[in-house]
Formats: sequence, structure tokens, C-alpha cells
Amino acid sequence: MPQSNIMPGFRPAISFTLVYLALIVLIPLSAMLLKTFQLSLDEYWAILTNARVQASFRVSFGAALIAAVIAGVFGFIIAWSLVRYNFPGKRLFDALIDLPFALPTAVAGIVLATIYEPRGWIGKLVMDSTGIQIAYKPLGITFALIFIGLPFVVRTVEPVLQEFDTAMEEAAASLGATRLQAFVKVILPNILPATITGVALAFARGVGEYGSVIFIAGNMPYISEIVPLLIITKLEQYDYAGATAIGLTMLILSFLLLLLINGLQWWVRRRSGQL
Amino acid sequence: MSISVNNISKHFGAFTALDNISLDIPEGELVALLGPSGCGKTTLLRIIAGLEQADQGDVFLKGDKVTDQPVKNRQIGFVFQHYALFRHMTVFENVAFGLRVKPRRERLGEAIIRKKVHDLLSLVQLDWLHDRYPDQLSGGQRQRIALARALAVEPSVLLLDEPFGALDASVRKDLRQWLRNLHHDLNVTSIFVTHDQEEAMEVASQVVVLNHGRIEQQGAPGDIYDHPANAFVSRFIGQTNVFDLDEHDADWLQTVGLSMAQQKGKIAHVRPHDIVIEKSTHHSDAYVTLKDWQHLGSLIRIELVKSGVNGQAASVYAEMSNDQFRRLHLNRGDKVDLRIRHAHWFH
Repeated sequence: MPQSNIMPGFRPAISFTLVYLALIVLIPLSAMLLKTFQLSLDEYWAILTNARVQASFRVSFGAALIAAVIAGVFGFIIAWSLVRYNFPGKRLFDALIDLPFALPTAVAGIVLATIYEPRGWIGKLVMDSTGIQIAYKPLGITFALIFIGLPFVVRTVEPVLQEFDTAMEEAAASLGATRLQAFVKVILPNILPATITGVALAFARGVGEYGSVIFIAGNMPYISEIVPLLIITKLEQYDYAGATAIGLTMLILSFLLLLLINGLQWWVRRRSGQL
Repeated sequence: MSISVNNISKHFGAFTALDNISLDIPEGELVALLGPSGCGKTTLLRIIAGLEQADQGDVFLKGDKVTDQPVKNRQIGFVFQHYALFRHMTVFENVAFGLRVKPRRERLGEAIIRKKVHDLLSLVQLDWLHDRYPDQLSGGQRQRIALARALAVEPSVLLLDEPFGALDASVRKDLRQWLRNLHHDLNVTSIFVTHDQEEAMEVASQVVVLNHGRIEQQGAPGDIYDHPANAFVSRFIGQTNVFDLDEHDADWLQTVGLSMAQQKGKIAHVRPHDIVIEKSTHHSDAYVTLKDWQHLGSLIRIELVKSGVNGQAASVYAEMSNDQFRRLHLNRGDKVDLRIRHAHWFH
């Protein structure tokens, strides 16, 4: 060794990391890639341009994106309430936030479907008053994904909000800012990067979500069929190459979107002087 | 009166932070609220600013009752202990903040705002840092930016919470002088909170000593030092030697030149510079032993040990100039004669 590292354990740590990455992430993904290569480019293209496949991509990414943004807004408000206010049952409420993490997704899906279906508790109420059907529509998928995505936003925003120096708010007020100005100009810019991280996590999870969605989605081709379900369908028809082709495309799209979100985050942080 | 508080009380649960405080501060003064931690000085400052509500009592700024006014309507400039600069804004935007949030009809044009901010940054000698972010500044620079930001809205009073608390000693010394000069130039009525008596004496034109939520004494720094109102103030402001007559110090004090005729209490406080020492020439009962000394710049602090009646040793501190001390040719362990010129008596 030409020079010794100050931090000990570089070799074992990096070896472990690489082995782990290879076993859990790289090898399975490469296998998928290889499987896709069994298809010619034309075949691959034919699968992707299939109208049903394209519709499912629109449903999956669209619903995940809308759900992540809504979960971002709601999650921010919930995190705000948990950090800033005291109310009875706060600790219980705090624990409830994590439930979607722990609950088997299928259970969540069945419960959501039962409640929001046209004859369910809430579904009936909404149906009667507005005529809008929630379950078995893309709207139902969005509902399920909001449920799944919410804890990601709350848990990323909460610690940042907790650490936020309230003296900055007082400073804004002493300089003549209204509550709204203090919120928009001082609090929000400091919390936005964490909120974007939360939204990105919720989105990433939402795109791949299967269990909680299929029960409420209705799974009608061209309307409420999500990509993961389409993959399962292909697998059941022993169309392994087709399934992996869709899977790979999803992987690439998700990766690009996450890259975009990371870039957005970098831009926000830079603009807010945190870099 | 620029700032008046009347019968202010504040409780936090069972703890009394402020107990019926009344205080008048004339226009243009630079006042120090001085006291040990937990004495209520920061709470009082925050009540004046409107960041905290008093349980009882009123606050007047420039003669107007502002007790029920929120902080944003009080026209105050507040400098926070840890500066509370907006991390996501450049130095320029931090200072401009107060000008930009004004209602549209009062808001100045962009060009005027620019000029004003640059003028303020020049005033605090940091215009060259205008495009930096707060995280990239040193403590002293942040402090001055926080001050420039507070001054931008042309406050009628300036309130500073432990303005030098988080700075290292040398920066603190410079900034004290600088703040004094700045106050002299701007002449805006200012209050700053500190627990450092030296800082209060050096910077303020008026010192208010607080303890346990009450005002112990208010006056010019010199008056408070020379005529402390009670034992707490005497002990808190400057160094002092405490002699308790109940502990058989009375006889000894008489032999060192303090006439008991002037006695006005049971406890004598003697400032170190009111103690004169000489090399012992004869074997008197009054002698004390020189234990050690420390250099305090132009002064020497001498630690003396006096053997008490029942054999207990007690330390007495004296101060004199370097020259005087050198002329005495004293060594550690020497016996010295001691004379007390003046004492403050308390009950």
C-alpha cells in the first residue's frame, strides 16, 4: 500500500458493497437485459408500440406521478401538523403514518377497494353526491398510490421541518413579513428539497406498485391496466421475452425520471444556497 | 422616552421569568440588559420586540402603546443570538428582505432597493460578500449581516439578543468597539442583552442589571461600578473580595485600616484595586502571604492568602499596575502588609 487510509476497513467495506450490489441489483438486472436480447429490435419495438402496452404505461406513470404530487402536498401538511402543533393522540397518529409501510400491500388493496367501490362506505357517498366513481378506474389507482406514497413524503419532510430554525420565521416577522410571506419566502424554500425527495420516493414506489393497486384498479385493458399487471399477464402466457422487454423499458424510464428528479433537486438546492 | 415598559410580568408554568418590571429608556441610548443566565433578560427583550407576550403589563415604543401589536407592526430591528440569516438567500437578498416584503404601495423601486442594500453592506464593511450565502461566512461576518438586515427597515429601536455570544474572543472585542461607533453614528435607540459584565460596561451608555426577573440596578456603567446598589450587583460587576463580619473578620479589617465607624452592614465588599500591599517590614498580626499572581495586561492580579482566626486560610485578591508591582520586588511566599482603602457595606 503506497499510503494508509485514515478510515480503516476500506477493503472489506468496498468488497462487501460490490458483492452486495452485484448479487442483489446488477446480476438480476443483467439477466433481464440478456433475456430481452433474445428479441430482435423489430420484435422489441412491436411489443412496445402495442396499443395496450402503451396505454398501460400511460396509466402507470400518469397515476404514479399525480399520486406522488398529491402525496407531496398532503404529506407536507401532515408533517407540518406533526412537527408544529400539539394535539391529543399525536403519537398514535404519528405511528399510523407508517402503516402503509408495514401492511401487506394486498391487504391494503382489498381494504381500499372495499371502501371506495361504488357500493362501499366512501365510494357510495362520493357516487351519490358527485356521480364520480373511484374504484375500478384510473382514479382508484391514484387513490391507492397516494395511500402508499404518503409515508415516504411525511418521513422525509418531518426531520427537516423539525430542524428548521424558527428564529428565521421570527426574523422574517420582525422585518415586516406577513405569515404568508414568511411561509412562501422563508419556510418553503428550506423545506422544498426534502419534499422533492419524498415525492421522488413516492413516485418510484408508485410506478412499481402491484399489490395495493390491482384490487382497486379494475384492470381493464386500455383504461385501468398497470404495467406490472401486464408483465404478470405476459408471464402467465409464457411470453418471457415480452415480459422482460416491458420490464426493461420500465426500468429505463424510471431511471431517467429519477435522474430528472435528482437534477431538479440539485437545481433547487443550488438556488437555495445549500450547495 | 423611546422605549417604556410598565409592570411587565411573565411566567413560564411555575417559573417567574419577569416580576413586575418597569423600565424607561430615553431616545438614543445604547442600553445593556445584564444578568446571569435565566434572569429573564432575553424574555424582556423578546417582549419588547413582540416575539413573546407578557402575562401582564404594557410596552410603549416612542410613546405609542404596542402591547397588542404583532412584531411586524412594531418597527423594530431584531438581531438574533444565532443571527437567523435566511440560509437560502444571498447576503444581498437577506438585507433586501425587509424592503421586498413591504406592501406594494410602500415598496421602493428595484434601483433604490439595490442602492440602499449596497449602502448598508458598505456600512457594515461587507459589500464584497454580497453574492455569498450565509453558510459561507464567518461568525463575525454573519453578525454584521444580521445587523445590516435589521437596519434595512429603518427601525425606530434596535434590539440585539446576545450579539457577541457566539463569537470568539478577539472578534468579539473588535465588534464591541464597532457596535459602539455604529450606534454613535446612527443614534438609534438600542438594547442589547448580555451576561458578560465587561461587555456591558464597555459598550453600553446605560446598564440595567437583572436578577431573578427583577431589576437590581439601572445606571451609567461607572455609577454601577462605583456605587453598587446591593451585594448582588457588587459581586456581579467586576471582581470583589467579600468579608463577612460574622466570621471574625471585624478585628482583622480594623487592623488593615478599615474604620468600623463607617460600617453600614455586616458584609464588606472590597474591590481588588482598593487593596494596597507592601513588603512586610515588621512582624505585625496583619500580614498575609503572597501566593501567586497573574498578568492581566496592564494590571497584575495578586492572590494573597490570609490565615483566619481558627487556622482556615482565605484568598484575597488585589490588583495593581505592572510598574508598581515590579518596584515591590515580591516573590511567591513573601509576607506582605495590606491596607484597604475603601469598602462597600451590605447587609
